[in-house]
Amino acid sequence: MELIYEKSVAGRKGVRLPASDVPKAKALPKKLLRSEAAGLPELSELDVVRHFTNLSRLNYSVDTNFYPLGSCTMKYNAKGLEAAANLFAPFHPMTALLPGGEKLTQGSLGLLFELGSLLAEITGMDEVTTQPLAGAHGEMTGMLLIAAYHRAKGNRKKYVIVPDSSHGTNPASAAMVGYEIVTIPTAPYGDMDLDAFKAALNDEVAAVMMTCPNTLGLFNPHIKEICDLAHGVDALVYYDGANLNAIMGKVRPGDVGFDVVHVNLHKTFGTPHGAGGPGSGPVGVKKGLIPFLPIPRIVRKLTGAYTVEHENPEGIGRTANFFGNFGVMAKAYAYILMMGKEGLIQVSEQAVLNANYIMSRLKDLYEVPYDQTCMHECVLSASRQLAHDVHAIDIAKFLIDQGFHPPTVYFPLIVKEAIMIEPTETESKATMDAFIDAMREAAELTEKDPDILKRAPVTTPISRLDETKAAREQNVCCQ
Amino acid sequence: MSYCPHTVDEQQSMLGTIGVASIADLFKPIPKKLRAKSFDLPAGMSEFEMLQKMTDLAASNAQGVIPFIGGGFYDHLIPTAVDHLSGRAEFYTAYTPYQPECSQGSLQALFEYQTAICRLTDMEASNASLYDGGTALAEAALMALRITGRNRLILDGSANPFYREVLKTYLANLEVEIIELSPLDGATNKPDCLAALDDTTAAVIVQNPTFFGGFTDLTDVAKAAHAKGALLITTVYPVSLGLLKSPGEMGADIVVGDGQSLGNPLSFGGPSFGFIATRKKYIRNLPGRIIGETVDREGRRGYVLTLQAREQHIKRHKATSNICSNQSLSALRGLIFLSLMGKQGLAELARLNYEKAEYAKAVLGSIREVTVLAGSPTFNEFTLSLPMRATKVVEKLLAKGIAAGVPLGLYYQDADNYLVVTVTEKRSRQEIDLLAKELESVLWS
Amino acid sequence: MEIFFSKEHEWVKVKDGIATIGISEHAAHELGDITFVELPAVGKSVKQFEVLAGIESVKAASDIYAPVSGKVVTVNEALETTPEIVNDAPEDAGWIAVMEATDLSELQNLMTKAQYEEYLKNL
Repeated sequence: MELIYEKSVAGRKGVRLPASDVPKAKALPKKLLRSEAAGLPELSELDVVRHFTNLSRLNYSVDTNFYPLGSCTMKYNAKGLEAAANLFAPFHPMTALLPGGEKLTQGSLGLLFELGSLLAEITGMDEVTTQPLAGAHGEMTGMLLIAAYHRAKGNRKKYVIVPDSSHGTNPASAAMVGYEIVTIPTAPYGDMDLDAFKAALNDEVAAVMMTCPNTLGLFNPHIKEICDLAHGVDALVYYDGANLNAIMGKVRPGDVGFDVVHVNLHKTFGTPHGAGGPGSGPVGVKKGLIPFLPIPRIVRKLTGAYTVEHENPEGIGRTANFFGNFGVMAKAYAYILMMGKEGLIQVSEQAVLNANYIMSRLKDLYEVPYDQTCMHECVLSASRQLAHDVHAIDIAKFLIDQGFHPPTVYFPLIVKEAIMIEPTETESKATMDAFIDAMREAAELTEKDPDILKRAPVTTPISRLDETKAAREQNVCCQ
Repeated sequence: MSYCPHTVDEQQSMLGTIGVASIADLFKPIPKKLRAKSFDLPAGMSEFEMLQKMTDLAASNAQGVIPFIGGGFYDHLIPTAVDHLSGRAEFYTAYTPYQPECSQGSLQALFEYQTAICRLTDMEASNASLYDGGTALAEAALMALRITGRNRLILDGSANPFYREVLKTYLANLEVEIIELSPLDGATNKPDCLAALDDTTAAVIVQNPTFFGGFTDLTDVAKAAHAKGALLITTVYPVSLGLLKSPGEMGADIVVGDGQSLGNPLSFGGPSFGFIATRKKYIRNLPGRIIGETVDREGRRGYVLTLQAREQHIKRHKATSNICSNQSLSALRGLIFLSLMGKQGLAELARLNYEKAEYAKAVLGSIREVTVLAGSPTFNEFTLSLPMRATKVVEKLLAKGIAAGVPLGLYYQDADNYLVVTVTEKRSRQEIDLLAKELESVLWS
Repeated sequence: MEIFFSKEHEWVKVKDGIATIGISEHAAHELGDITFVELPAVGKSVKQFEVLAGIESVKAASDIYAPVSGKVVTVNEALETTPEIVNDAPEDAGWIAVMEATDLSELQNLMTKAQYEEYLKNL
């Protein structure tokens, strides 16, 4: 499709602005003005509407296709959530920060506080800050909190431990805060190698970052022992909440011994992923870390009114402009209200049921590197198909031709030719059966006619793209 | 209500296929002693009941407060088509376009977004968005530290106090020296900035227009920085670039800002998006997703995520940033907004903001003992000096339904009587006159 | 000129104390299409097995370790614009840097071509 800039016609206008109702002002000195108007497209409103409507049709999305992208929890995004968030669109965040402004913003402040309380109960933590803007931002906030905790205690800490199955954001977030990373291998049973962990643990370890269930979709039964061992050297334990969708109402990280938790509202709590974001990554902490939470902090007074604390001398400071991605939080709050206690438990149960169903129907044709009951996602490997020179990527592209968004492939990095499938709780058996059929067909074609897989996709407007050319030429904006 | 579709029969059949008797069996890998000690949540509700509750909650915010406030978020008009198009489910229910063949819609749109940001700032390379203005400034600083291999930053004190706090929070545990300059008459403190520059400086960080509203040509600062091998980072208000000299023209090396003003609602502070743009030679140091153009097997043009080897999912602790999810949908809204405004529309919009603010300056500045800080020209924000504490004035006017401005004393020492007033195109002459009338009455009656 | 290999798949050829360094055929093949080589700064001193340079393909990023200690005297600037040379001729035109080696006894810590080929078979 043509770029919007290629459709531009000099002199065409799309929007009529309100006429000025004030006298003409003295112009700014010429040296302060831009020498040439910015090269934005010149189009009618219809041109713009048609362009983006047609672009949207080139996407697979949850509303149009099964989207079992492992680690991303692509569940259905209820439409009521959009309506709920729109109710708060007109409110300026600065109002709440002005003298006398709190009483004018009790609805917004109350929503944030109540959402924080609900998330604290769900995760078993003592207080939640809703400021972090995404999962990775939550991780970094968590690492800043941990650094502040150690600094206050006079601890000298240098290292953060992560398992090799962790999301790349874990080591990246710890490194951004200045820590060195120690990576622990995965044992043959799929969990972090406990002996290697014990050997790596010492007084200089600031934190251990765990995803539980981990990125292989497995629940580590030794997780409490890991927390206890870490606490033994005054290291704190961080819970990466990317996979919380598996365990709501079953396990609470806070009960197990985790000190800091982030949750991904755009994964577990039903808010849309927006083609890459916005997400939201609230962070929950145990009591000992509350003094370090970022500002502004929302507190409920004895009168029941909500107030904003602007200062916290011991705190890490500020991690975002205002109160975080409020619109996303309004949706997550609405989601939790609708689900309620029973609904959230059912979410996790059905998510786990669906993942195990898919795994049990595919494990005769695909290698399951860690063959045990999985939680909300399962990780297969295309290692058997490799003998026919068929790779995970070929299977992924074949699935596109069958009308499915592919699962996550080549992650976790520790599984060769990984295919990571997360169906979520909102998919029907019929949809999953159709997907399973397509996966089984891919396995059959691997032996009979691998070229079909190699050529795929053929039903999309473009075929496989030359990523090497893109990386070498770096053409990232239209000239 | 949980949007789970299985019937009892379907569930039984699935459990049979798996070979377990019940759902409980699937949770056996979790030892009993690790089970939740509590899960005390309210019962669920229907969509109808939820919307009633949310409507009540929204109604407990004051309605219709007239905003003359900014602080990084601005009350601009948003054409209806922005909501309509960004509300296309194919955009908002998709995720990061890892599989380009079935994500060309997002990829092409984000490539067009990167182009719009480059054209607006007169830079050569943009990423596909960051979280917000403050975190974008922090990422720009980290980028400058990487590029120069130095560890000293000069930060102008007239930059948004929230952004400065975010920057300091991000850098708190790194060995970086931040020289913070005090503001000078509401404009960039050029003399102190030039004096502080040395050949260990990684970057000079300036907001333009400043938090006070003042706008300056930074060409001399860019030259001085470059002479010392340092970079110039500017954070800008994108709507102002419809009118004002662009950071690229001034010689900036990294340009960031918050994109809320481009088609994103105030929404109590988010989501908006952060943008970051730079010179082509620094592209490998950019954080986050980048979309690049390429061709398919038949030679047809298409778009992919590119230079991914910089990112956390490949480079882990050596990545240029930890960012994964960004603010794509908000960035898409920014692109749609800019496309609807177009070349002429954005220029007109910027001029309208400037003219309304100039009118407000004249009207407010004519009130007895109220003066407009005149250190430099302004765009749509300016600072008033009042004969009374600004917090007191704001509180009184807020009770009358007018958010008169941001009292500088909240964020600066010895600035208790200063008030920053924002006037966007949405403020009518009538509203500006009302502000003047009410301000005068608070001060003098 | 004899060639030596490291376990991390770098090669080195030494003549009169001047070491030319690159990555092996095997490494270049494993990386796939190379899109970027991060060349070391001329004058940089590194010890044996420390990070010397970086190399990226579309889906991977790796460090290149110095097979011997020394100081960088020249880098292969052609790789800045045409990194694919490393794919085409990794053990020849795709060399990465030339160093003044400070301790030739370090070659004992490396493998000969025959040893390296044996090592690859067992990977």
